[in-house]
Amino acid sequence: MTALLDRKLLFVSGKGGVGKTTIAAALALLAAERGQKTLVCEIDAKGDIASSYECDQTGYQPRQVQPGLWAMSMNTEESLREYLNIQLRVPMVGRIGPVARAFDFVATAAPGVKEILTVGKLAYEVRERHYDLIVVDASATGHIVGQLAAPQAINSLVQVGRVRQQTGWMLDILSDPDVTGLCLVATPEEMPVVETVELAERISKETTVDLAAVVVNRVLPELFTRAEEEIFETLCDPEVAENLGEAASGDAGPLLAAARLAVTLRRTRAGHLQRLRDGIDHSVPLIYVPYLFTRAHGQRALRQVTAALAAELGI
Amino acid sequence: MTPRDKHGDGRAATVDQLLAAKEIAICCGSGGVGKTTTAAAAAAMAAVRHGSKVLVVTVDPARRLAQALGLEGIGNDEHQVPAEAFQQAGVTPRGELWAAMLDTKQSWDQLVLRHAPDEDTAHRILGNPLYQNISSRFVQSHDYIAMERLYEIHSEGSYDLIVVDTPPTRNAIDFLEAPARMGDFFSSRLLRWLIAPYRSRLVNLASRPFYQVADRILGSQFLEDIAEFFILFQTMYDGFVERARAVSRLLHDRRTTFVVVSTLEASPLHEAEFFIDALDERRLHLGAVVLNRVLPEYLLDEEATRTAERIESRAAELAAYLDLSAERSQVERVLTEVSASFLNFQVVAQREAEQRAELAVSPEVVATVPFFETDICDLGGLLRLGEAIWS
Repeated sequence: MTALLDRKLLFVSGKGGVGKTTIAAALALLAAERGQKTLVCEIDAKGDIASSYECDQTGYQPRQVQPGLWAMSMNTEESLREYLNIQLRVPMVGRIGPVARAFDFVATAAPGVKEILTVGKLAYEVRERHYDLIVVDASATGHIVGQLAAPQAINSLVQVGRVRQQTGWMLDILSDPDVTGLCLVATPEEMPVVETVELAERISKETTVDLAAVVVNRVLPELFTRAEEEIFETLCDPEVAENLGEAASGDAGPLLAAARLAVTLRRTRAGHLQRLRDGIDHSVPLIYVPYLFTRAHGQRALRQVTAALAAELGI
Repeated sequence: MTPRDKHGDGRAATVDQLLAAKEIAICCGSGGVGKTTTAAAAAAMAAVRHGSKVLVVTVDPARRLAQALGLEGIGNDEHQVPAEAFQQAGVTPRGELWAAMLDTKQSWDQLVLRHAPDEDTAHRILGNPLYQNISSRFVQSHDYIAMERLYEIHSEGSYDLIVVDTPPTRNAIDFLEAPARMGDFFSSRLLRWLIAPYRSRLVNLASRPFYQVADRILGSQFLEDIAEFFILFQTMYDGFVERARAVSRLLHDRRTTFVVVSTLEASPLHEAEFFIDALDERRLHLGAVVLNRVLPEYLLDEEATRTAERIESRAAELAAYLDLSAERSQVERVLTEVSASFLNFQVVAQREAEQRAELAVSPEVVATVPFFETDICDLGGLLRLGEAIWS
């Protein structure tokens, strides 16, 4: 199997709130630091990529944000314009105006059109070898299947025409596990695990894209071994706790309560983690990123996640 | 206890008072913040405490929560949460708790059957491949259908309170716009312009530049499919637009309130603030902000910090002093871990406290829910959470 960052096109998806954008930004940063010319593309233009790198808002035209790293956000209207220019040699100077609005309409009503312009643009960049790696901060779990299966959807709706002719080479790129991979992000919590397992099934049934890895984000550290846990229980005995407090001239209560919380959280999450491992095909690696006890956000937090990912990936 | 009239002007001071005064509560917030659970917990509390007949409309509950509520496998219909579920939680509710799942596809089908001028048109719409797409994939369709369903249930008038869990949208704001956008969609001049040639069959398509381009890209068969779909759909135009306006009115009604749910993490909180502003701009009623999974306050205790630092630096000495019947080096490690873990979690708790201070809004009610150590998977758990937000 081709290693995660050795592919050309990497889609990163996950349930809302699990840190999908951060993981995408970190993977791209890692690749760039490894010397790959990397493009990171944000699909839902919410500006999260820009806040991860603490750079100016990204646009459709890729802009360099770090050495070796370019960032862009998807815009289907721009993508259409570019497509018309390159593929059909239809001159579309200035605003497309009513055509774009009409297009917007058709595209909204017939899903697959917007998605194909998104996937098409990315596949085009891969085909033209403009970058060594493209990391896509893709749609959340609800929409990713529609995006990755767009060529098939178009094939079933459109019988003839230029768009139909275009789906072939896109499928070739999307279906090649050496070229394209999907990376799902989850946290060891109930809903993210359930959704990730369900999504993995749908991906293999409804799309041709290879599930390259599952990144498990915010994994809590194991506090105690079994023997140490017994000692911890002894410490929680009111008398012992009071002794400890006196010796340390303070109250050990909050400390023990916090440790109890950490242990219970870790235990609940271990169950979810196991369900995730059991629910995902064993050939798919799980990559663990620890919970970050940090006040940092933006670039500094991103650096920490990147370092954790690098360690896990052996880079 | 919170005074009955904290604000001195009759506004609610607690979630309890808020829900007692409203008929519709719409829970919103970004994905993964516990919106569904919060909606279910608030509804369960209202059923138990107010003796009301309460319905919670949920989108996609966690499987074990659905099981606990007896919701698994049910479709669009409203089901009463069985008495056994309450018995197991050791509670005798004065009211009734009902629940319904939102099945987008099924709701759309019902909508078409209701608004189509005749059965034949309805079935032609339901059979159109584009309709299949629009009903299951059209992003805004989830948002719209949730609001539409809410309107329908509310107008039937069989519940004292309806709590709605909104669908996960790319932007929390989307579903507020959904009724208006759906109205625009069907009344748009552009739509008419687009389908006019197909309708009249008199105009030569190739003579229009748009169709020339579109035809080369998409093929004329596809364009005709689209046009047919819109022509059929337009027969439902009046019904739709009227309904979209009514839904919008209901959202603005004083019997309706919005509950914004968030955690204290940066990104959900940012979205929550954005949403609160959006409610304000649209003159919609922000009833409460519920902050979920907030770490316990003792983590912010400065005294405890110093104790943790002392224990960490003197772990070996303290292990010897305690003289437990265990390997001393292990005791030392446990003491180090306990204090290090406290200091770790404290960093997060401080970050949360800063985030919270930055939340520069003044809703009538702010409720905080502690970080529950275990998942909520039964009615007892829901009520435990409900207690935390109630008063």
